[in-house]
Amino acid sequence: MFLITCPFCGEREQSEFKAGGEAHIERPKQPTELSDDEWAEYLFMRKNIKGIQFERWNHSHGCRKWFNVVRDTSNDEIKSVYKMGEKPPTI
Amino acid sequence: MKNKYSIFSLIKNAFSYHENWQKAWKDPVIKKEYDAIIVGGGGHGLATAYYLAKKHNMKNIAVVEKGWIGGGNTGRNTTIIRSNYLWDASAGLYDHALKLWEGLSQEINYNVMFSQRGVMNLAHNLQDIRDLKRRTHANRLNGIDAVYLSTEEVKKFCPIINTSPDIRYPVLGGTLQRRAGTARHDAVAWGYARGADEMGVDIIQNCEVKGIKRNGDEVEGIETTRGFIKTKKIGVVAAGHSSVLANMAGLRLPLESKPLQALVSEPVKPVIDTVVMSNAVHAYVSQSDKGELVIGAGTDDYISYSQKGSHDIVEGTLNAILELYPIFSRMRMLRQWGGIVDICPDASPIISKTTIKGLYFNCGWGTGGFKATPGSGDLFAHTIANDAPHKLNAAFNLNRFISGDLVDEHGAAAVAH
Repeated sequence: MFLITCPFCGEREQSEFKAGGEAHIERPKQPTELSDDEWAEYLFMRKNIKGIQFERWNHSHGCRKWFNVVRDTSNDEIKSVYKMGEKPPTI
Repeated sequence: MKNKYSIFSLIKNAFSYHENWQKAWKDPVIKKEYDAIIVGGGGHGLATAYYLAKKHNMKNIAVVEKGWIGGGNTGRNTTIIRSNYLWDASAGLYDHALKLWEGLSQEINYNVMFSQRGVMNLAHNLQDIRDLKRRTHANRLNGIDAVYLSTEEVKKFCPIINTSPDIRYPVLGGTLQRRAGTARHDAVAWGYARGADEMGVDIIQNCEVKGIKRNGDEVEGIETTRGFIKTKKIGVVAAGHSSVLANMAGLRLPLESKPLQALVSEPVKPVIDTVVMSNAVHAYVSQSDKGELVIGAGTDDYISYSQKGSHDIVEGTLNAILELYPIFSRMRMLRQWGGIVDICPDASPIISKTTIKGLYFNCGWGTGGFKATPGSGDLFAHTIANDAPHKLNAAFNLNRFISGDLVDEHGAAAVAH
């Protein structure tokens, strides 16, 4: 249990949000040209980091907007929050 | 040679106030090189080492564990054992494990307290009924015992369930696997450790793996907090930390590690003599031999290695438990904890070779790995010893995420993951 500061609504309980997993995975521009290996890499393979992770969250029980969070997955401490499209902070 | 555990050894040791029991496993001096190293001293890892030594005659092997054996998810699960999975591949895998459970206490001369008290899965809506009936038929075609129960039969089998049609998620029916049940999880780790140790396996505790050394496409050994150990074969069975170890070898896995919570109540007299699971409301309950209710909750949806989950998950589970069993309304919960489970996109495990020669992974068991412990160890040992999968784990390879031949047990596996 932890608190997340939504960039639009402010600090709320984590239970108001839906986790969207690893951030900055870009959809391939030409999916038809990918090999099966590359498609599996995009679709299934994840960093699943123990430590500082860049991830997406959705304020599903609030403004319903998506944004990015930098969180230490070893202790759930949030380092930074930034909006979609913004440059990821250096941590 | 280990002294045999029996009623006679129990009486004999009672005369010396149980102070002279032989050590169940030694604290070995680490050798420079092993024929194979198993990373992770939980139930699956110790079982792997046991079957490698017993069935494949690989005795110069070691199990390395960063903490103490059985101190991870092996000691954190809700001890449920069943094999009523939908798909053929899963049915083969989990029923192989269940058959091994049935003779395990005798085989390893260690009472794992395997109790075939039955596992009941409840249906709460029409779709649940269709799904559970379909699964019952699939189970029977695969030789797995399963019966579909009406609401009245559910009530008869477990009288404390509230079968009133007026509750939010009424009980409309259920399935029952009578061969399913529970076992004492610590005993499984200790029993396999004792058996493996007897055959010469080194069980190295307090030894964290810090790196996997590669020479091109082959493994050379592991860097640990207690020095470098050389080996040509590494079997990783690290549950929630599988991705961390894969990363050390420069490998990517399709896993996400999430907290899964469980809790136990204060001990009471016997009140529920089976295991009842509900997919729709995600709550399951059984009673331990000590009398505690053992309650399992769901996973949180975010990646975390913190071994603690959110309160709202526990609250949701307890809401469901109270509606299904109003008799528990004044019980107090004694302990609550979280474990880190590694979940695959198709909610099925990976027991597989990798693109690196000599590196094998057994992971992705998600929320339900305990039940498979003996089968998982047996099949992983086969895979490591022969450098090729057994036919029962051939479908559970890493390549399925590239070929698309998934074993999609999400929802189909009798409980949501």
